[in-house]
Amino acid sequence: MSKTVAGLRYSESHEWVSVDGNIATIGITDYAQHALGNLSYVDMPEEGDEVVKGEEFGAVESVKAASDLYSPVSGKVTEINSDLEDAPERLNVDPYANWIIKVEMSDLSELEDLMDEAAYISFCEKE
Amino acid sequence: MTDMEDNLLKTCLYDRHIAAGGQMSPFAGYDMPIQYTSIIDEHNAVRNHVGMFDVSHMGEIFVSGKDAEKFVNHVFSNDVSGIPSGKVLYGMLLNPQGGVVDDLLVYKEFEPDHYLLVVNAANIAKDFGWLQTNAEGYDVTVQNGSFSWGEIALQGPEAEKVMTDVLHLDAAASLTFYTYCEMQWNGKRLIVSRTGYTGEDGFELYSSDDVICSIWDILIGAGVMPCGLGCRDTLRFEAGLPLYGHELADDITPLEAGLGIFVKLDKPEFIGKEALVQQKAAGLTRKIVGIELDDKAIPRAGYPVEADGVQVGEVTTGYRSISLDKSVCFAMVAKEYSALGTRLDIHIRKKVFPGTVCKKRFYETRYKK
Repeated sequence: MSKTVAGLRYSESHEWVSVDGNIATIGITDYAQHALGNLSYVDMPEEGDEVVKGEEFGAVESVKAASDLYSPVSGKVTEINSDLEDAPERLNVDPYANWIIKVEMSDLSELEDLMDEAAYISFCEKE
Repeated sequence: MTDMEDNLLKTCLYDRHIAAGGQMSPFAGYDMPIQYTSIIDEHNAVRNHVGMFDVSHMGEIFVSGKDAEKFVNHVFSNDVSGIPSGKVLYGMLLNPQGGVVDDLLVYKEFEPDHYLLVVNAANIAKDFGWLQTNAEGYDVTVQNGSFSWGEIALQGPEAEKVMTDVLHLDAAASLTFYTYCEMQWNGKRLIVSRTGYTGEDGFELYSSDDVICSIWDILIGAGVMPCGLGCRDTLRFEAGLPLYGHELADDITPLEAGLGIFVKLDKPEFIGKEALVQQKAAGLTRKIVGIELDDKAIPRAGYPVEADGVQVGEVTTGYRSISLDKSVCFAMVAKEYSALGTRLDIHIRKKVFPGTVCKKRFYETRYKK
């Protein structure tokens, strides 16, 4: 059973979002890290890059394969978690403590399309 | 369940893989374990201690008869003439164009005029058909034993100790690399060779299903880590070993793959010889090389290799190497870009990452000579 965290919002492509004002902190869920296996590289955008909801903004790579990351919101990247450059395995250890990017959101209403914890748990059960 | 999953073959150890938590995935028509716990842990177990693989999907084809040596030399790139019983040779079956039908091991059996050919699972039907077709005019019997033989690969620096102390197969200790011996297990035939596909010392054990299952259970009981095909690939890759379908194919010659030492062009004849003699004389136009990236991005099979923005090749296998913590790959590149030290770029998603051509053996192998 994958772990989830109350209060976060979740996408169908298994990213989580934590919201503070107009800043969205984005990572991958426990379900995602478990499905991927040992992570060996995280391909992140650069600060200042624009990301678009539903579009690819980077990739997480396990030993075997690369898997695209999809942005749950639109906006401008304000920060990337550079700790992951040298230690991608942190996403396996605790995917909720180790975020990937922070985005200054351009459209807060996009958050309404994301799932809450209960909805995400039942979504994962069907996957 | 899809039709494809329904039709997958299972090895004799399938139930044990499920019980051990194996993450199963289709491979060469079989439902095989990719990993049990983690590819990295399993990889490191083989590099530092010992691990075991179910490789029962591999094919066993037996060739016997008065013309067996002549026939094997006709279809095999390496030279079996005069080799002693108990010797194992690596080489390829080639098509007339010099392309690789399959790469395989040939075991010179203890019974005169008998050879065992161990082939890739994905190519069993193709190889068997190829051998039968080309056996015309030779006094040989070609028999496909793939479905009645199972196989375990026991690999790692502690493999010898496990063979003697856990399985009590003491004769295995005196085998040197690429030799084998015949043993008995509960009255059944057991073939043990000092071979493998990991770059480490190790053994491969072939027998009937019941023997394979009983040996697997003893090894599990002794704490040997079961390892999936995921780390089998990372291990062989680091050791510079090719995988059919990536570094070898019907349209790739062994010379292009850098495996010329397994092709004996001085043999009187074999299928593919003429084409390779010509290719050698004319010079290669492309070659498989190793490339080490400056960055941590991971090159994957199929990614373009570029020089000054122009594609000059393609990645055939690539990983973030577990034992070396470097991003490295094999790539097929145009000959003029194949010299050691050549700077090349690899296109990974939207970006280009520079790297340097290097030796294909990324990891220093530790075979028992």
